[in-house]
Amino acid sequence: MRVQGRGLIDRNTPVSFTFDGVAHEGFAGDTVASALLAGGVRLMGRSFKYHRPRGPLTAGSEEPNALVTIGRGAAADPNTRATVQEVFEGLEVSSQNRWPSLGFDLMSVNDLFAPFLAAGFYYKTFMWPRAFWEKLYEPVIRRAAGLGALSGQPNEDRYERAWAHCDVLVIGSGPAGLMAALTAARAGLDVILAEEDARMGGRCLAEREEVGGRPAHVWAGEVLAELGAMPNVRLMTRTTVTGAYDGGTYGALERVSHHLPATDPRRPRECFWRIAARRTILCAGALERPVAFRNNDRPGVMTAGAVRAYLNRWGVATGKSVAVFGNTDDAHRTARDLADAGVHVAALIDTREGVTGPAGIPTFSGSVVCNTGGGKALDSITIRRGGREDRIAADCLAISGGWNPTVHLTCHMNARPRWRDDILSFVPAPDAVPGMEAAGACNGAFSTAACLREGAEAALRVAEALGAKAAAPELPPAEDDPYRIAALWHVPGKGRAWLDFQNDVTVKDVHQAAVENFRSVEHMKRYTTQGMATDQGKNSNVAALAILADATGRGIPETGTTTFRPPYVPVSIAAMGAGAQGKGFAPQRLTTSHKATTERGAPMIEAGLWYRPSYFPAPGETTWRQSCDREVAMVRTAVGICDVSTLGKIDIQGPDAAAMLDFVYTNSFSTLAEGRVRYGLMLREDGHVMDDGTTARLGDQHFVMTTTTAAAGQVMKHLEFVHQCLRPDWDLSMISVTEQWAQFAVAGPKSRELLNGLLDQPIDDATWPFMSCGKIAVQGVEGRLFRISFSGEHAYEIAVPARFGDSLFRLLVARAEGMGGGLYGMEALNVLRIEKGHITHAEIHGRTTAFDIGMQRMVSQKKDCIGKTMSERPGLMDGGRERLVGLRPVGAVQQLIAGAHLFGMDDAPVRVNDQGYITSTCWSPTLGGTLALGFLKRGPERYGETVKMVDHVRGITAVCEVVNPVFFDPEGGRVRG
Amino acid sequence: MADLIATSACAGRLPKTIGDVTLTEIVFGAITSVAPLKGQEEAVSDALKAQIGAALPKPNRSTGKAAARAVFFGRGQTMVLGPRLAHIEGAVMTDQTDAWAAVELDGPSARDVLVRLVSVDLRPDVFKQGHAARTPIIHMPGLVLRTGADRYLLMTFRSMAGTLVHDLETAMEGVAARG
Repeated sequence: MRVQGRGLIDRNTPVSFTFDGVAHEGFAGDTVASALLAGGVRLMGRSFKYHRPRGPLTAGSEEPNALVTIGRGAAADPNTRATVQEVFEGLEVSSQNRWPSLGFDLMSVNDLFAPFLAAGFYYKTFMWPRAFWEKLYEPVIRRAAGLGALSGQPNEDRYERAWAHCDVLVIGSGPAGLMAALTAARAGLDVILAEEDARMGGRCLAEREEVGGRPAHVWAGEVLAELGAMPNVRLMTRTTVTGAYDGGTYGALERVSHHLPATDPRRPRECFWRIAARRTILCAGALERPVAFRNNDRPGVMTAGAVRAYLNRWGVATGKSVAVFGNTDDAHRTARDLADAGVHVAALIDTREGVTGPAGIPTFSGSVVCNTGGGKALDSITIRRGGREDRIAADCLAISGGWNPTVHLTCHMNARPRWRDDILSFVPAPDAVPGMEAAGACNGAFSTAACLREGAEAALRVAEALGAKAAAPELPPAEDDPYRIAALWHVPGKGRAWLDFQNDVTVKDVHQAAVENFRSVEHMKRYTTQGMATDQGKNSNVAALAILADATGRGIPETGTTTFRPPYVPVSIAAMGAGAQGKGFAPQRLTTSHKATTERGAPMIEAGLWYRPSYFPAPGETTWRQSCDREVAMVRTAVGICDVSTLGKIDIQGPDAAAMLDFVYTNSFSTLAEGRVRYGLMLREDGHVMDDGTTARLGDQHFVMTTTTAAAGQVMKHLEFVHQCLRPDWDLSMISVTEQWAQFAVAGPKSRELLNGLLDQPIDDATWPFMSCGKIAVQGVEGRLFRISFSGEHAYEIAVPARFGDSLFRLLVARAEGMGGGLYGMEALNVLRIEKGHITHAEIHGRTTAFDIGMQRMVSQKKDCIGKTMSERPGLMDGGRERLVGLRPVGAVQQLIAGAHLFGMDDAPVRVNDQGYITSTCWSPTLGGTLALGFLKRGPERYGETVKMVDHVRGITAVCEVVNPVFFDPEGGRVRG
Repeated sequence: MADLIATSACAGRLPKTIGDVTLTEIVFGAITSVAPLKGQEEAVSDALKAQIGAALPKPNRSTGKAAARAVFFGRGQTMVLGPRLAHIEGAVMTDQTDAWAAVELDGPSARDVLVRLVSVDLRPDVFKQGHAARTPIIHMPGLVLRTGADRYLLMTFRSMAGTLVHDLETAMEGVAARG
């Protein structure tokens, strides 16, 4: 219920929301947890394994119990912490991991079987039969035990990512963070202050204490006002720094609109930041730890710090009659705050001997709480002193087991935290993360005054390191009580004492792990599942390892912690992959003919990032084969047009350009005459084929190299490597001109006729023979013409500056269609080249040599080239290798399949008898049959033999004849036509 | 016969204003890559200065003004944006006029938009006017050049113009929707 006059919520702005369909009221500034607690709702979730009723344990992102689903349908966000989610008008909240309802959960029968379900139960029980684990046991167990569920629908919500840079990143805005940010900002440094909460101030908002003679939250507000007015300060609320990475880079998750109604679909839900900081000051505070005792998990049991936060920040009394149990003075502070606010404090139980509590509060020193009573909510606690146990009524129990500094980020680069016996906690190792300082509670300084001091001091050191002049700020007077703590991890006794609320891990489970020799803390974690899931053991790690240390007879420092890894809080995959949904996944590279192509209904296929037409369906054609056959025939008998702009084009100029080409190609280019084109083969350093293509000599020192579409980037990189690292002495310059030119193949017997109606100057065979190149003009636009052919026909490639691509493409198509020709796509292009036995990356797939593809003659003996020596290694030119052949079916089965393997006619089709494989296949309308290219052992020696093709995947066997890979026009007469 | 018609990279897609930021296509009269041969850097720089009034820029910088800029574009490579150049002795030059999609992002929130696409430090005191960076724009190879207080020139491959506009629009909407 609400306490009048308390809290920092806006009572003038009521907000209504629903929880499991029931309407609830809150105020602006409330979280779901604070609003529900104010309304008397304590049951907010069911536990992971036993489905025990649970309420909030904390008031922050470390919350293990109160996990809820926000929204519904595709946009639903499961496993949202009710302690973090802010309420807004119309917010829909649902509980999760229960059936049929939160109040009546049939799955809670699991709890009755608890004696059988202890740690290791699954490993031991579901061993047999082995095959059942994956198919039956695991799915069933996972369905019964779990957190919230995803909708299974594609989520249209926007997420974004962004980068930020600063001199100083301050993580956390409590007293230490505010002081650090203020000191650094006043020194003129660029400061980012990142705060996970919706409101800055940290514990200043949750405690009733004074800083600088005024309430802490007022002081925080004044500092924030000063920071907000400085141009060099950026305040980032709702932003959790999730990971520390190399070079001062941090990941941070900003909740952009989880606190707002979804009114604008363009507004991102979250933004994932990468923050690059020259220095970082970690002021992440500390997390309070509960104490393990029997039934310490009932709704109504909370950390003392959370009880104070609900009271002081949200004006919520977490119970009508509250008991406080602890081993530090924070327990007393809690009792005092509650009593001051008029909340009945049933008892103050302090494990330390001889302490006196605040006046008027029944205080039990040297005592512990050893059990609780109640059903879905706490109604009593049992206090043990010596041998005596007393039961008293209480509907809320505030526990303070001490504080764990939030050291997580300091461990992200493999540092291990150090144990401090005086505060019974781990603190960051010095220089755990390069460039990061820890200050305040996360560094083990627990009083407000110490936090203020450490924050300022850290900022002064950072400013000095960055060469900025910083003045030591005046430290406002603040609470400076010593931190006195007595060790208390576990109250011994019967029954289950919960350590990890989120994963239902008990003290007994940890003991069991130790008994079964899972003595390493990492093994214990995996055996018991302690420290997994959304809270990553923030509430239980230290207590669990303390108990493990005890059980294994070691000290806590020797036992050590498990490894804290990023992210510090759960980060949605949508945020990490922001911008990469749908079209954002990869850039689309569209040719200048894309529009005209899609207007004709051509289905597009992806070639790398490029989109290319598969085929161009003509009226009446119902299958791709019909279109493809027509397009092939068109090129062979008339003229076809195809956009080939996607091939890589690299401009190479300079006195040593020819030397460079001789070095990277197997064959010579220094001997190429100006105005001529040559086909070239390129090897990798290891002697295998990298790429092929034609290179044209446009001038004495000017070449244009063509690469395949797929390898354009790889070849450019290779050339840069060769120039920069192998031959920096060579004087030349290279640049990609792929995008500068729109280039179209004009192929077929009527190609010259077509061009001659288009070019400003007509061409003839004498001046433009096969493999010639040069400048041309189309209606005054300067372009380039190459007489080259991939189809085996009399063909050209015409290039104009890309801005004219669309226009020239339409002209070419119109002219071609007027001559009985037209467009052809990738399918026809593939058929045409297979008919000619031309290779693509299907054949030069990375494991083949020049020898294998029948091009050993192209490796010049007169000069060296990259890969030449390695290609001469033993075995790489062995006649028995699998070498390129053509294949034609000669049996009843006429289907040949790329990827199928080849076997001798009498051999069993098993691996040891493998003789090769098929790489490319097509139906040839020109030759009226199926053709294939493939690699066969001793291939070229076996023309005329029959071999057996077996496709083990599809269960197809075909007999085929081994033939020369050039099926069509082997004399090459047509290209010269 | 009809003339060949020129189509710009972002034709039909721009301009666009979302929130306080406007995205406009820039079509340069010419884009020319200039790469001095060995030992020719000074002579080429002088010749360029004589032609367009701007010398070769240092790494990550640009020279000149809106009408004619020389922008660092990589190791030993300068891109001249604007005028068509006469041949410079000692330099390898290629025509890149049609190879690039160029857009200008202008407005008070331009930087906020850009930090959603570009990882380099764009703080105004660090990335000053005239500074240039060859850097990925999300997944695209690109150039970012600061041409004004809140104005940036972005370039990527012409074939990626659609993606460039799409990704910028998404970022502009995200920034505008935050209010």
